[in-house]
Amino acid sequence: MSSPDGTAPPDRPDGTADQEAPRIEDLVQEDAGPAPQFGGLASEHADHEAAQEPAEVMTESGVERAGTATAPDPDGKLELGAVGHLGDRLFGGLARGSGGLVVLIVAFVGIFLLALAIPALADDKSNFLFSRIWEPGGDDPRFGIAALFYTTVVSSIIAMIIAVPIAIGVALFVTYYAPKRLAAPVAHAVDLLAAVPSIVYGLWGILFFAPILRPVIDGISTALGWIPLFDKPPGDNVGVVFTASVVLAIMILPVVTAISREIFAQTPISHREGALALGATRWEMIRLSVLPYGRSGVVSASMLGLGRALGETVAVLIILSVPNGNDPWNSSIFAGGETFASKIANNAAEFDSPEKTGAYIAAGLVLFVVTFLVNSAARIIVDRSTPGAKRPRRNRRAGAAEGASA
Amino acid sequence: MTAIAENRPAYDGKVLDLTGKSGARAFKNTLATVLIVLAFVVAMIPLLWILFTVISKGYHLLLSADWWSQSQRGITVRREGGGAYHAIMGTLIMALITAVIAVPIAILGAVYLVEYGKGTRAAKVVSFMIDILTGVPSIVAALFVYAVWITVFGFNRVGFAVSLSLVLLMLPVVLRSTEEMLKLVPDELREASYALGVPKWKTILKVVVPTAFGGIVTGVMLGLARVMGETAPLLILVGYSKNINLNPFDGFMGALPTMINQDRTELALQPAADRVWAAALTLILLVLVLNLLARLVARFSTIKSK
Repeated sequence: MSSPDGTAPPDRPDGTADQEAPRIEDLVQEDAGPAPQFGGLASEHADHEAAQEPAEVMTESGVERAGTATAPDPDGKLELGAVGHLGDRLFGGLARGSGGLVVLIVAFVGIFLLALAIPALADDKSNFLFSRIWEPGGDDPRFGIAALFYTTVVSSIIAMIIAVPIAIGVALFVTYYAPKRLAAPVAHAVDLLAAVPSIVYGLWGILFFAPILRPVIDGISTALGWIPLFDKPPGDNVGVVFTASVVLAIMILPVVTAISREIFAQTPISHREGALALGATRWEMIRLSVLPYGRSGVVSASMLGLGRALGETVAVLIILSVPNGNDPWNSSIFAGGETFASKIANNAAEFDSPEKTGAYIAAGLVLFVVTFLVNSAARIIVDRSTPGAKRPRRNRRAGAAEGASA
Repeated sequence: MTAIAENRPAYDGKVLDLTGKSGARAFKNTLATVLIVLAFVVAMIPLLWILFTVISKGYHLLLSADWWSQSQRGITVRREGGGAYHAIMGTLIMALITAVIAVPIAILGAVYLVEYGKGTRAAKVVSFMIDILTGVPSIVAALFVYAVWITVFGFNRVGFAVSLSLVLLMLPVVLRSTEEMLKLVPDELREASYALGVPKWKTILKVVVPTAFGGIVTGVMLGLARVMGETAPLLILVGYSKNINLNPFDGFMGALPTMINQDRTELALQPAADRVWAAALTLILLVLVLNLLARLVARFSTIKSK
């Protein structure tokens, strides 16, 4: 990309640029222009724009040049941006830089956590992935994440199992059952659940909600106690994994509800009315048209909720009772435990030596990877699922029309 | 009926029998209605219960002027008195610094996604990373800042470090809502501006962003509401101080979540319990007011296409 006359593009100040017609050099310069943190990604972008912009300059400056490939914009939309101002270069660079910064931040989170975790992991005398011991620091550091991983995943999955059906119910209520005037306030009320700080959930959960759950816990453990998962250890401990799960379920409810609500509301009206016209009851209409249409959306909403639950810190920290170090490890959901997040927050005061800190950072890294995978999965499900995920109405309507005529 | 079945690729292909006994079907319909209404009731119970608990236990301290103007300096768990001024100021200062850092990056990032990078693979990567950032747990954000700020650079635990970690949590919220609003700005406005010879950057700054301003403000408020209630970064990145400290670069700092955390193990003592619930109520009020303001702004500033 060199300028046509072979001279280097002059670096003009903003003021003079206003008086002249924009010249191709400026555009060329802009394309090669500052995208400092963007690396390889930027070049691709530049190529894309370069294909269009020279053509624009031609028309704007009134110069007509035969043989210039003026490929029309594939969207049929004229892109009349980017005249070669210094301001444009600066602003475009800033915008691209900010986009790149986001990518950098996520990369740095992974890199820094990894870099600080590696020395501690190298010193670890026990198996990091499969050991349940947590004794970092000292001459003989031993720590593994098996117990933390188990509690984190089990509590979050139970939270998801409780929250998703209720969230689907609430979303259906808001979209298809509540009277029109009630729907918006109801939706806002559910959203308010997200406005309650997690530390308040924790306090309320352990002080007021846990005692109510005790009979439920007793009931389940009496009925299903022969399964180790539901075997209640002796004692009146209420700060157990199950309690934390129920509170987590309340906390992720607004997230799952909000996304499900949006998807359900987008169900094409032709599907719904078609079902009703065939004599379906309201529930059958929902089963026939709304639920199948919104299935992938609900799945990804549940995954996002799961991601939230996995990383929730303070509520879990307050509710879960930390098991006594001498007790044998208990896999029951009616026993205490620690999640990644609660373990790290609980021991923030122990971050005195690099080895110890490294162990906790390694645990944080695992949590980051797990949430990364869950969130990516949610995103991929949304992207890949129905064609309806992106532009539901048009697509589905067109499809319905074809179906009707066939 | 078959037409409906054919048009549902997501459905498993079974066709629901709509000709069965009407009694059973009516029963199922009623059952579903009952369950769905029940789900809503179940969802409302914790919200009302939590609000009732916090308000009934915390409101009386909020009525005194001391609560809004005094710190907890020299006040032990057993003694009454003092206020939450130090914690409110700490929370507000950290949130403000967070906003000052996060909002420009978020708006510029959204401008990139909508105005510059639309449809490119780079924009898709950025968009994907924003989704990932949305899902980063607050404790991981805190650990990351701990790793950079304290382990690598060797600085102290201060309020500014908390703000840095909150930036990671606020950025995606503001960016996404700004992006949604910028997408709603009609292309006619941009084209009219270009037709008048206004360069792209001025068009964005003077036409596109002002048009979407209400939505951007909404996003900023929702982002602030999210970060104000965060506790995990405070636990790791700054100590709790009962004194007033308005300097985010030096010394420990009070904040409402850590004020709650400080006394939560002493709830058997009445003065401590009062303070905990009053601090919780103050925090909920702050977050709620921001949420409601955000919705109000959103309602009065919807972009009209003509």
